[in-house]
Amino acid sequence: MAIPFSYSLRNLWTRRLTTVLTASGMALVVFVFAATLMLAEGLRKTLVETGSYDNVVVIRKSANSEVQSGVDRAQASIIESQPEVARGTDGRLLLAKELVVLINIPKRESNKPANVVIRGISPASLLLRPQVRLSEGRMPRPGSAEVIAGKSIARRFKGGGIGETLRFGMRDWTVVGIFDAGTTGFSSEIWGDVDQLMQAFRRPAYSSVSFKLQDVTAFDQFKKRVEGDPRLTVEAKRETRYYEDQSEAMAKFLRIMGITLTVIFSLGAVIGAMITMYAAVANRVVEIGTLRALGFQKMSILAAFVMESLLLGLLGGVAGLSGASFMQLITISTMNWQTFSELAFSFTLTLDILWKSLLFSVGMGFVGGVLPAFRAARMNIVEALRSS
Amino acid sequence: MGMGNGKPPIVEIAHLSKSYRRGSQTIPVLEDITFDIADGEFLALMGPSGSGKSTLLNLIAGIDKADEGTIRVGGVDITSLSERELAAWRAANVGFIFQFYNLMPVLTAFENVELPLLLTGLSRNERREHVELALQLVGLSDRVDHYPAQLSGGQQQRVAIARAVVSDPAILVADEPTGDLDRVSAGEILQLMDRLVREFDKTIIMVTHDPRAAEKARIIRHLEKGILTDSDGQPASPVAGS
Repeated sequence: MAIPFSYSLRNLWTRRLTTVLTASGMALVVFVFAATLMLAEGLRKTLVETGSYDNVVVIRKSANSEVQSGVDRAQASIIESQPEVARGTDGRLLLAKELVVLINIPKRESNKPANVVIRGISPASLLLRPQVRLSEGRMPRPGSAEVIAGKSIARRFKGGGIGETLRFGMRDWTVVGIFDAGTTGFSSEIWGDVDQLMQAFRRPAYSSVSFKLQDVTAFDQFKKRVEGDPRLTVEAKRETRYYEDQSEAMAKFLRIMGITLTVIFSLGAVIGAMITMYAAVANRVVEIGTLRALGFQKMSILAAFVMESLLLGLLGGVAGLSGASFMQLITISTMNWQTFSELAFSFTLTLDILWKSLLFSVGMGFVGGVLPAFRAARMNIVEALRSS
Repeated sequence: MGMGNGKPPIVEIAHLSKSYRRGSQTIPVLEDITFDIADGEFLALMGPSGSGKSTLLNLIAGIDKADEGTIRVGGVDITSLSERELAAWRAANVGFIFQFYNLMPVLTAFENVELPLLLTGLSRNERREHVELALQLVGLSDRVDHYPAQLSGGQQQRVAIARAVVSDPAILVADEPTGDLDRVSAGEILQLMDRLVREFDKTIIMVTHDPRAAEKARIIRHLEKGILTDSDGQPASPVAGS
């Protein structure tokens, strides 16, 4: 009983200029929609991949991030003595007492200063994070003013390259190595010996204590005991959870902003589609009357025009998405509002974003096409035929 | 009751009235029309503009609603059908031929002719056979994949005729089928219609201004101010062709 699909498709092709212009409007909206979701996803992915599930981060209670946290030496020792802490093959504890400090260094391109995380590390820090590996140079010697820089830092900040020097904590620090941490947040950090850095920044306390669990399932009992210990004022989180919490505020902001913007933009695109479809109906009044006379039901007419509008939306969606997929080649950096430090990440296209964007575009097509389609379906046959 | 060709009636119209409202005014278009059309007849409806002949044709074809009276086509009272039922009835029983052909410009000749068959239960292969047969009948087997814009007016009207006959409907209705054609093409179309009646026993009801077209018809009825008359101008008796 249906009017052939090719009828809808070929009508779009027949007025291809209008089709392309209308679809472009929708493509732009889908582009913005997909791009902001990709941005939020990229940020989330970067931060979440920074953590691993069997690692635990201990920070001061009610501190949102390591930057705000402080764990003094006595408390750190108590955590160190807990039975859940795993040991490495050499029998040493897989536990790192770390310091996190923000410093301000200028970017290579703009010379504008930005916040960067300096992490004071212990020997176990690298063992806890297998995704981090030294790609160039060597590790800093203990007791010396040497640091290693994440590859994002090396590329984007002045003095971050190997052999260059950075000035902070009233000392010059030589970059002796570059480490690659993939797409994780560590790539945007500078690492140095924790004792040297505590001295330089005159910090009496560590920022956090991280360790690997001996038994992955033992987290809950550790958390309960440590958080109930009257000598300690700390909070324990799984590392994955810790980083996901950090990404949440920013990712949520991006998603809400993106969706709000695109909903407003989409009104314009929907009105464009509606005008196009009303014009299409007006140009084909006689055809509609003829089809009805031949015996096609109102529903068939409605379906044919809605189909045409859905195809228009789909075309816009595919165009917008293919544009957005090129954004994956771009790496951007932004302030991580949880730590107030620079974080580099990429637009990430996921299957979830893909179908959401297509659904969104087809939805725009539907909303734009449904009223004109109703007008077409409800036309009086005799009057429609007479307009020839 | 027998008619001009001695066959039983396929269309029976009784006390048919129709008026249009324009603002607060009611303008009568058809008044108490009663007549029959025999199966296999070729009838021309003539009359000045506004005489109601197109309205009468639309009512018989089931695309307009009467105010009063009944129209029976092949025994079915179409004035009692719902809009949905009427659409299905049209698909099975009426072939349309329009003045401006009314082909879908984005569909090929083949696809245009196939349209009415999409409303039947025929398989793809059966549809192709029917369409090819219909296009062969109108002499356009070599234009199957042409779009309407690639065909002359006469050829387009022949595609439209193929579309009208492809589902083998009970009646063909034609509204000024030669109105947009030159003399030669118009002659060909009329010849084709004549052949449909003679060789294939089709029933054609045609509205026309063209005396040459009316000549081809076997019976001519005149409509004037909503009243049906015989060819001689006398009010028509209820039985046509008497």
